[in-house]
Amino acid sequence: MALCVIKPGMLTTVQDGGRWGYQSRGVPVAGPMDSLSFRIANALVGNARDAAALEVTLLGPELEFDDERIVAIAGAEFDATLDGRSVPLHAPFIVSAGARLKFGQRRRGARAYLAVAGGIATPPVLGSRATHVISAMGGFDGRALRAGDALPLFAAPGARTTRAPLVSPPALPDRDARVRVMAGPQRDYFAADALDALQSAPYTIRPDSDRMGFRLQGPPLTHARGADIISDATPLGVLQVPASGQPILLMADRQTTGGYPKIATVITADMPIAGQLGPGDTIRFVVCTAQEAIAALIAQERMLMPLEAHEA
Amino acid sequence: MTIVSAGDSAIVVEFEERIDEAVNARAIALASAVQQAAVRGVRDVVPTFHAVAIYFDPLRTAYTELTARIQHELDRPSAEPAAARAPLRIPVCYGGDLGPDLADVAAFARISEDEVVRRHAAGTYRVFMLGFVAGFAYMGTVDASIAMPRRATPRIRVPLGSVGIAGVQTGVYPAETPGGWQLIGRTPVKPFDPARAEPFLMQAGDHVQFFPITRQEYASWPSA
Repeated sequence: MALCVIKPGMLTTVQDGGRWGYQSRGVPVAGPMDSLSFRIANALVGNARDAAALEVTLLGPELEFDDERIVAIAGAEFDATLDGRSVPLHAPFIVSAGARLKFGQRRRGARAYLAVAGGIATPPVLGSRATHVISAMGGFDGRALRAGDALPLFAAPGARTTRAPLVSPPALPDRDARVRVMAGPQRDYFAADALDALQSAPYTIRPDSDRMGFRLQGPPLTHARGADIISDATPLGVLQVPASGQPILLMADRQTTGGYPKIATVITADMPIAGQLGPGDTIRFVVCTAQEAIAALIAQERMLMPLEAHEA
Repeated sequence: MTIVSAGDSAIVVEFEERIDEAVNARAIALASAVQQAAVRGVRDVVPTFHAVAIYFDPLRTAYTELTARIQHELDRPSAEPAAARAPLRIPVCYGGDLGPDLADVAAFARISEDEVVRRHAAGTYRVFMLGFVAGFAYMGTVDASIAMPRRATPRIRVPLGSVGIAGVQTGVYPAETPGGWQLIGRTPVKPFDPARAEPFLMQAGDHVQFFPITRQEYASWPSA
């Protein structure tokens, strides 16, 4: 019961719901960059919502299964093929023993998720299978997949609990996205017009961006009280601003604490959109209220309900 | 004390904005009270120098419910402080190739290397918080005379177990990482080992003392 890596792709990692509960000990959460597509992929094959799956980045892998499995791909649109024949996205399909699944041309979005019924069974570290590459923790030997790796899988569930295809998957950004932010937690560290500047023009994601953070290039944000704070916690989606005035959007692999002021935080419902961007793409920020943020999250949850309805 | 939002899924309780043992103790006390209260929907509680971040699922716990709960914890007369854990004692082989910056710190302080070691090992340090990487404890306060600032150019690779000084802070690198602290020695003890029954050597609020060991002791130290 293994998933064999023929070609690894650019950055293919094992991710689950994240390594929660240890940030007070300096342990990053990691987990999927697009948590919504990750959940959808798991739901389509009848897995628990946090089951370990593969995150595929920009250039996809080629994989071989050694037993029959139900799998599903969600997130970025790749031309995926099974032994040369096209397979659907956002729908479960059967892979027979020895079949090869290949991620081809990428059409839209940056990250796809491959969930396998039963889930990936790499050993958990601190309760999670999420890969944090920088600290070599979790996943497969703490690293991105390489050719020749054989990922252990849990036994496929006896009863097939897959869902019908998702009729309208969440919209993917096409190299440009608009995401909503809530001001704070350190808005008072910035000039009065900094929030306007943040919303005034798109920011470009610089090449030195990764799963830790997106370094952005765009309208500079002016500090009012210096660019250093006493280090404090750094939530997912926060925009920290070093002395340069150019913000860094903190992503899944971020450190647990940081010493730069944070002007605003991308709302939870919009982080999956940000997670579908890569270097060279652009991102626009719009300030919203907490009420809008929660309403967006509830709407997303409603969309997922029919998919996850079988969960106990 | 103020409570601020950090997006829709985290709130931060901020105490006085300074690095101070009493302020830090309040943050840690609140963090452990919130942790023990096991509030529904709370995913992680992170005390830092002067604040506590509380990560929660807003679909399971409303912001107002959570802030009311925090206010309740803050208003409660603080329980007798739990008997402080005895200081944790960490062996360090100072200087030589294991502490390549010891000579620089001695020059900075205009004292001998032995005297730097004596002053560093004389202190009892508080763990203010953990961050940077798994198991990295920000400790203070280092004797002002040896509180040398970070190196102008950080090292690309600092070996695991390196003991460093950065201004009035001291710390132990729990993994090989880049780093700019002045390295004065190395410990054979691992601050973080996921395979150990207790993976983390330190937690926020702990007190730590360092004591010198010889190169031979370093080489033969039982890896716990």
